Amino acid sequence: MLASMLLRSRFGRCVAMSLWVALAAVDGACGSADPTAAAQVTVPRRIVSLGGPVTETLFALGAGEQVVGVDLSSLYPEAATKLPRVGYYRQFSAEGVLGLRPDLVIASHEAGPSAALEHLRGAGIDVEVVQASDDLAGARARIEAIAGLVGADPGPALAKLERDLAEVEALRARVTSRPRVLFVYARGPGRLLVGGRGTPAAEVLRLAAVDNAGEALEGMKPWSAEAVVAAAPDAVVLPSRGLESLGGIDGLLAQPGLAETPAGRARRIVAVDDLKLLGFGPRIGEGLQELLRALHPELGEDG
Amino acid sequence: MSRGTGKGARIRGVFVGLATLVVVGVALELTVGAAPVDVAEQLMCVLAGEGCDPGAQYILTSLRLPRALVAIAVGAGLAVAGAALQGLFRNPLADPGLVGVSAGAALGAALAIALEPRLPGVPAGFAQPALAFAGGLAATWLVHRLARVRGQTSVVGLLLSGIAVGALSSAAIGLMSYLADDRQLRDLSLWLLGGLGGASRDVALVLVPCVALAGALLWRRARALDALLLGEAEAFHLGVDVERLRRGVVTEVALAVGVCVAFTGMIGFVGLLVPHLLRGLVGPRHRALLPAAALGGAGLLLVADATARTVLAPAELPVGILTAMLGAPVFLTLLSRVRAQEAV
Repeated sequence: MLASMLLRSRFGRCVAMSLWVALAAVDGACGSADPTAAAQVTVPRRIVSLGGPVTETLFALGAGEQVVGVDLSSLYPEAATKLPRVGYYRQFSAEGVLGLRPDLVIASHEAGPSAALEHLRGAGIDVEVVQASDDLAGARARIEAIAGLVGADPGPALAKLERDLAEVEALRARVTSRPRVLFVYARGPGRLLVGGRGTPAAEVLRLAAVDNAGEALEGMKPWSAEAVVAAAPDAVVLPSRGLESLGGIDGLLAQPGLAETPAGRARRIVAVDDLKLLGFGPRIGEGLQELLRALHPELGEDG
Repeated sequence: MSRGTGKGARIRGVFVGLATLVVVGVALELTVGAAPVDVAEQLMCVLAGEGCDPGAQYILTSLRLPRALVAIAVGAGLAVAGAALQGLFRNPLADPGLVGVSAGAALGAALAIALEPRLPGVPAGFAQPALAFAGGLAATWLVHRLARVRGQTSVVGLLLSGIAVGALSSAAIGLMSYLADDRQLRDLSLWLLGGLGGASRDVALVLVPCVALAGALLWRRARALDALLLGEAEAFHLGVDVERLRRGVVTEVALAVGVCVAFTGMIGFVGLLVPHLLRGLVGPRHRALLPAAALGGAGLLLVADATARTVLAPAELPVGILTAMLGAPVFLTLLSRVRAQEAV
């Protein structure tokens, strides 16, 4: 009945007809394009990286020369920011990536939309998804996985990571204090979140040998003045870009509640490079050393 | 008599112009983009049956062609829905957001983004359109339900309950974006800006029939909508069951807009601007206005999307930003011209 009604109207007939023609064309053309016919390559020459830590790892492995495109979250190293950007890795454009003629796309497992990833695979491009890591084991595994994909030797990058982590271990052995630290994500005044249990921030604090003042919370939770006073942190850690968004330390201290805490009274605010720390990329060891020194005065400047 | 044919010729002229716009739009959508593809060469090689570059073929047939179809369906769907609603409310400022469908869909999408890790067993990329569509329909149903008093829906009732449900969903979205982490927040804001980046053959296969069906059903109501322009009592005397008409139009609009919003997010201004603009050109009669709006909406979105794909290449601008950027000034110009005419 529906079909007959549709066909009775000229509009319906016209739509049905054009739809049929268009899809027939898609079908025919898709049949002739064989996606598996793409060039078989062993060592990729043109890589597009979707995800900040993936890009950082590629450059750390010395494969930076082969990277021809990155996403908007790839802010390190400097050389990566000069490459064509294909949009934010959660919302990248398939055609933008195809236009860079990559033979390998390495995507963080959070990259998407899934339709765009499917389009890349459909075009015969090798798309490899790498698990994001939020602990040290994951950081090592990701370096090895990406090295395997690009045919690079993971040795030097892993050795550097291990050296950094050994240094972290040495620092941690000398730690005598155990401050309570609140990890704050800021997106501007009035829009603050604190890191509770089960967040990358909590893992970073654990590795820095401090207590998470946000332990009572689960996940990321909005800042509340009373909760901050109750948490009584000795220090506050936040990404440096977040601190800028608040207008520096004074802007952060103006947030309700903080002035009443030990951290606020002593002005113990530590700005960290979140690209080093929260992505658990190849520079996680460096980031942890900086954080340990900043949070444990007994370690001294000379380390 | 002569005036009648003059008007007919004018309408025909407008339709020819709109059809040209759609053809140009499709041509643009197929030829421009971040990846350089020589369309003429590809067409030649398809005709010759050999020497095709599979990569270029893939970009044309699996990326750009479905995307053009999706742009046509979404542009047409939003514009026809807007035209029908403007007729139903007898108000040129009505847009598909009024009956709650956009707000409900946005809430559904926000839920999908917030709950994504906790929805096991749902294929990736499916949860969001499904929840957005369900949200759109649920909100429309709620608005309609609230607007019904003793079996009768009033226009004011629909408007007010639409505004209330809209406020409720934006509060819920606000709550979720406050609780969201940076990644979810970014997903949500990109979704709210609207874009055709998710277009694929499967999406086109769902969208095109749904929009075509809703469009055809709305077109069948053209005469009743015309009668309604005279006033509710007059329409009733002309034999139009106004209550049934209202229910039907709202349902069909919810179908068309719900499915568009579900896949492409909030693409603003098409549903408001296109019918408003075309009413001035083809007159208020829905038999001409609805198909004109379909063509106009499709053409506008095709051109806007082709632009959105190229200005920031290899990245993409969310097309909703462009439609609003194009739409708002045109709308303001129109408004001031109407005011100037009224003043004379």
